[in-house]
Amino acid sequence: MLNRISTYFYQRPKLVLALFLLPPMLYMAVVYLGSLFSLLINSFYSIDDFTGLVIRELTLKTYGQVFSPANREIFMRTATMAAAVTVFDALLAFPLAYYIAKFASPRAKTWLIIAVTIPLWSSYLVRVYAWKLILAKEGILSWFINLLRLDGALEWLLSFPSIGGSSLALSPIGMFIVFSYIWLPYMIIPIQTALERVPGSLLEASSDLGARPLQTFRTVILPLAFPGVVAGSIFTFSLTLGDFIVPLSLGNSKFFIGQAVYSYQGTAGNIPLAAAMTMGPVVIMIVYLLVARRLGAFDAL
Amino acid sequence: MPSKSSSTPKASWGLKLASLGTLLFLHVPIFIIFLYTLTPDERTYTFPLPGITFKWFGVALQRADLWRALKLSLQVAAVATFAALVLGTLAAAAVYRSKFFGREAISFLLVLPIALPGIVTGIALRTAIGGLDIPFSYWTIVIGHATFCVVVVYNNVLARFRRMQGSQIEASMDLGANSFQTFRYVVFPNIATALLAGGMLAFALSFDEVIVTTFTAGQQTTLPIWIFSQLTRPRDRPVTNVVAMFVMLITFLPIVFAQKLSAASSDTEGEPK
Repeated sequence: MLNRISTYFYQRPKLVLALFLLPPMLYMAVVYLGSLFSLLINSFYSIDDFTGLVIRELTLKTYGQVFSPANREIFMRTATMAAAVTVFDALLAFPLAYYIAKFASPRAKTWLIIAVTIPLWSSYLVRVYAWKLILAKEGILSWFINLLRLDGALEWLLSFPSIGGSSLALSPIGMFIVFSYIWLPYMIIPIQTALERVPGSLLEASSDLGARPLQTFRTVILPLAFPGVVAGSIFTFSLTLGDFIVPLSLGNSKFFIGQAVYSYQGTAGNIPLAAAMTMGPVVIMIVYLLVARRLGAFDAL
Repeated sequence: MPSKSSSTPKASWGLKLASLGTLLFLHVPIFIIFLYTLTPDERTYTFPLPGITFKWFGVALQRADLWRALKLSLQVAAVATFAALVLGTLAAAAVYRSKFFGREAISFLLVLPIALPGIVTGIALRTAIGGLDIPFSYWTIVIGHATFCVVVVYNNVLARFRRMQGSQIEASMDLGANSFQTFRYVVFPNIATALLAGGMLAFALSFDEVIVTTFTAGQQTTLPIWIFSQLTRPRDRPVTNVVAMFVMLITFLPIVFAQKLSAASSDTEGEPK
């Protein structure tokens, strides 16, 4: 009996393929693409100002609200933060990625790669929480800064209205540190992958031709590693754009995109505006991905 | 800062120090939580700790709300992982065994839920579930989690399929085994560790997911949602410290194990969150 079923299917590979594909594709198409479509539709709905109910008629009214001055400021603030985090992460990631790719012994390399990957999978929330402890006014970082007698400098830094706040735990500087910390592994891995592909003979050739180490670094290594940096920046940029946990835990009243979406759909009950706001990061990411592809980032992934 | 020649690799001190600094930045913060589980201070995060106490572990164990949240998180992760294992393996098998139109699109569709910012997936699911008037419940959380867990299993299993020799399957068939026997005795043993690794990573991913869960849960509180509420409005600081340490440890073990499994068979792991 089993043999006959087996033969039946063996002679019909297309049927087997369809049977294999049907469940996952059905699930992803219906649940996921369906949801994305519903998000798109909802962004064209609007809300009745008096009753607060959603009007299910297509309109551009909600998109008009997305581009209000207050929301434009939110987009600018979030994009600036995402860019700053991306640059800082690239600077932090490069030396370690370079060390792993070019200098570590095979044994050390395995462990270093595990050390970099573990934070990727481990609890994101707990990692944010750790910084709540570290950055607290009475916490370990302040204690250390006082020890170095730099508390004056910290207060001066926090006094800037655009980046400061009452303490590190409630300021854009704090958020910047936490974002950089959380997304750092996403930057290290693609850079390391890109550097891994730079052949050692190329570096030898460069030095044989009389280039000093710094010259080799600038003219050979850096250009070849650049697609890796761009690939990493896709993650750091996209993840910062859409995050609402960090701004809600460490931010102040100055909203970020994720936070705005969260409060529009939650307390305000304005699903259409939340949906339209979400299109912001989606569009920014699509443009970003198109540019990244031109810069060769996808080969480094 | 590069070395003169790659045939005698020697990193400069500057490079070593910078690398060490980055590594410490990545790992030290977690240990600060472990330290704080011992603080007797209930209201602030004062450092140095005013003393040492072990009572919070006992207090956390007594909290019924925590046990409920933990149970819910484990249930969600178990069902989402199971769904991901089935769907991810089927998709990987289909992509591996035949070339067909739209094969690239399948990888793209599967990776989309983790490539787009979590808030997009979250709010998209919320509008869909709300629009269909489905009540937010345990099952809506599971459905949300399964969407982004599938790709993890898919990537692991597909990588394994690609390294498996097709001739093994042919040999099995030639020796008279039917498809079911071939799967049972040839294919399954080959992909077992990939399933294990993918399953564990999917479990870890689901167990501490908060962004999508925020939008797909109704009144249910998963463990991450509980922690999130403490992040924005800290009420039980010492208990949160204990919970944070517990979550770290419970996710750490499967991750390291999965990494070792993957490294041992030099698979590529799934794209991270």
